[in-house]
Amino acid sequence: MELWLGAIGCAGLVGALYVALLVAPAAVGESVAQRILYLHAPSAFAAYGCIFVVAIASAVYLWKRSEAADRVAVAAAEVGVLMCTLVLVTGSIWGRARWGAWWTPDPRLTLTLILWAIYLSYVLLRAFGGDDEEIAPYAAVLGIFGVLAIPAIRVSARLMKGMHPSVLAPREGGSGLADPSMKLAFWGGTVAMVLVAVTLVLLRTRLERAERETNALRRLADAAEGVGG
Amino acid sequence: MPPLVSVALDARGIARDFGGRPVLRGVDLSLGGGETVVLLGPNGAGKSTLLRILALLLSPRDGVVVIQGLDGRAARAEALRHVGYLGHESACYPDLTPRENLEFYAELYGVDDPVRIDELLEWTGLAEAVRRPLRTCSRGMVQRVGLARVLLHRPSVVLLDEPFTGLDPAASEALDERLRALRAAGCAVLAAVHDVPRAAALATRVLILHAGRIAWTSPASVPDAAALAEVYRATAVGRG
Amino acid sequence: MRATLAIVRKDLRIEWRTRETATTLAVLGVLLVTVLAFAHDPDPDAAPLLVPAVLWSAMVFTGLLGVERGFLLEREQDCLAGLRGAPIDPTALYAAKLTVNVLLLGATHAVVVPLTGLFLHVDLWPVLPSLAVVLLLGTVGFAAVATLFAFVTVRLRTRQVMLPLLVLPLLIPLLIAAVKATEAVLGRGLGGAPDALGVLVSFDVIFVTAGALLFPAIVKD
Repeated sequence: MELWLGAIGCAGLVGALYVALLVAPAAVGESVAQRILYLHAPSAFAAYGCIFVVAIASAVYLWKRSEAADRVAVAAAEVGVLMCTLVLVTGSIWGRARWGAWWTPDPRLTLTLILWAIYLSYVLLRAFGGDDEEIAPYAAVLGIFGVLAIPAIRVSARLMKGMHPSVLAPREGGSGLADPSMKLAFWGGTVAMVLVAVTLVLLRTRLERAERETNALRRLADAAEGVGG
Repeated sequence: MPPLVSVALDARGIARDFGGRPVLRGVDLSLGGGETVVLLGPNGAGKSTLLRILALLLSPRDGVVVIQGLDGRAARAEALRHVGYLGHESACYPDLTPRENLEFYAELYGVDDPVRIDELLEWTGLAEAVRRPLRTCSRGMVQRVGLARVLLHRPSVVLLDEPFTGLDPAASEALDERLRALRAAGCAVLAAVHDVPRAAALATRVLILHAGRIAWTSPASVPDAAALAEVYRATAVGRG
Repeated sequence: MRATLAIVRKDLRIEWRTRETATTLAVLGVLLVTVLAFAHDPDPDAAPLLVPAVLWSAMVFTGLLGVERGFLLEREQDCLAGLRGAPIDPTALYAAKLTVNVLLLGATHAVVVPLTGLFLHVDLWPVLPSLAVVLLLGTVGFAAVATLFAFVTVRLRTRQVMLPLLVLPLLIPLLIAAVKATEAVLGRGLGGAPDALGVLVSFDVIFVTAGALLFPAIVKD
């Protein structure tokens, strides 16, 4: 199933990018680089989607101690970090093209940066914290806390904007999408990117399961060896 | 097995893994009031793990622990009132005096009776050490404070993990006496013990834990030290 | 509640007897303020602008080093097993450690604030009440998150590095708001930063509640 989803997702992305780059008219008063929005915004949707999946999966894990939920959380966190990185990189390129600055204090970008950091720390906790079984509850709490912090991050990011009032970030895909082909590129791209993200999460979940089973078997083998030898 | 006065603790089907390996594979045991049950087993057999599960400090992968009719999972806080557990360490704060430690735990357990603490300090022979922080006390004294802590709330089930380790002969004698006093008072005591002769002398019933299960239970009367050592060797050491 | 108070009293008594943590944190705070003030070496006119940054950097630095102490002391003699074996609500343990951490950080503030005022040529006395409110709100929010994760990191091998890693990203919004609110206190007054205050209060409410609700889930084994 993942294969189909992935194929559709990728095809969708290619299609959306084709429309974005070649078919859609340029937005008023913007350069070619504006078209990176068609990659930037869909990635943002996918990133936030992943982050909510981490939070929900973490809550399910804490409630039901379901190992499957834990695996999904791990996978979604990694894909979420990946998507956030994409958002940050495309946002940075766009900012550079438009205003000559590699970083703009756009509240949404700040939110993404902080969420990127939070879920990166989730990934690092799982990588270096020790046994999966042991740290799963701790990581789950982190996964939930990340989402709980979002309202505070949004408000405080706007507080920071006060420092550079002259730099105004464009509203993502707001009133700027006049032409229907722009809408197609935007929303088509979003759907496609979400499908790609879902595919990655499913694949990563399966990989995680295989990894854990292998580790368990390895430990049993070690134990048996110890007794016999 | 002698007819039990009452079943204070009942555990069925206890299973638990550690680091991916199964440590306990289905342990059944029950304790009755007035019994002193000794658990024997080689290192790594899972005695400490089993005791902590019975003390409701660890959750088993499978199995149920029922204490005084209360389910260890559903009614954990209630059930905890009837259990006292002393592990390898005393669970008492080194920077506090014995009295301060007991006062703290008395508050946690809701023990309002101020005389009880004095009583326990008397009973465990600590009366003269009350003013010194535990850090400055000998291992024997620390262990006695731990035992006092365990008995503070008058539990009907007392679980001890290798209580005689590191004690000099005088202290061991004293502990022996106290355990007999507990038995006389109707407490159900389960002690994991290393030393086979001591097990034979102390126990009303002996269990041998091996390969994650209770491999042997003593018959109505506990065999003497030599016979017990033989059984232990055959059961736990001979295999594997 | 009774259990929470009992644990707080116990911790304070131990702290009083050893006086380890409060003194080390206070000294660290002093060192940090000194380093920050001297490294910047600002003009007397520009200096007051640094006050918020210095105050909150000092809190984060000392806080990260201090919050683990509460759980480290439960590791000696397996005292945590004693607490978990008692018929008390696990949330009481969280509430108690949180309270003690706030008190310890408060003691650190008491040393850091006057010193900051001194080095940065600011008279903090007139704004002390508002400043105290902001410090309290920020400290509670910090402790709510840091205390919970201190329980986690105390048990990990990679302990020292892990706590800042886990906790700092979550705390960024709190710190931004705290700095903004402190700026306001030094300038037009607390009423000038309603948003920042809102963030502080809601952060505290959300994370103390979430911490209290989720702590039992992680103290299980």
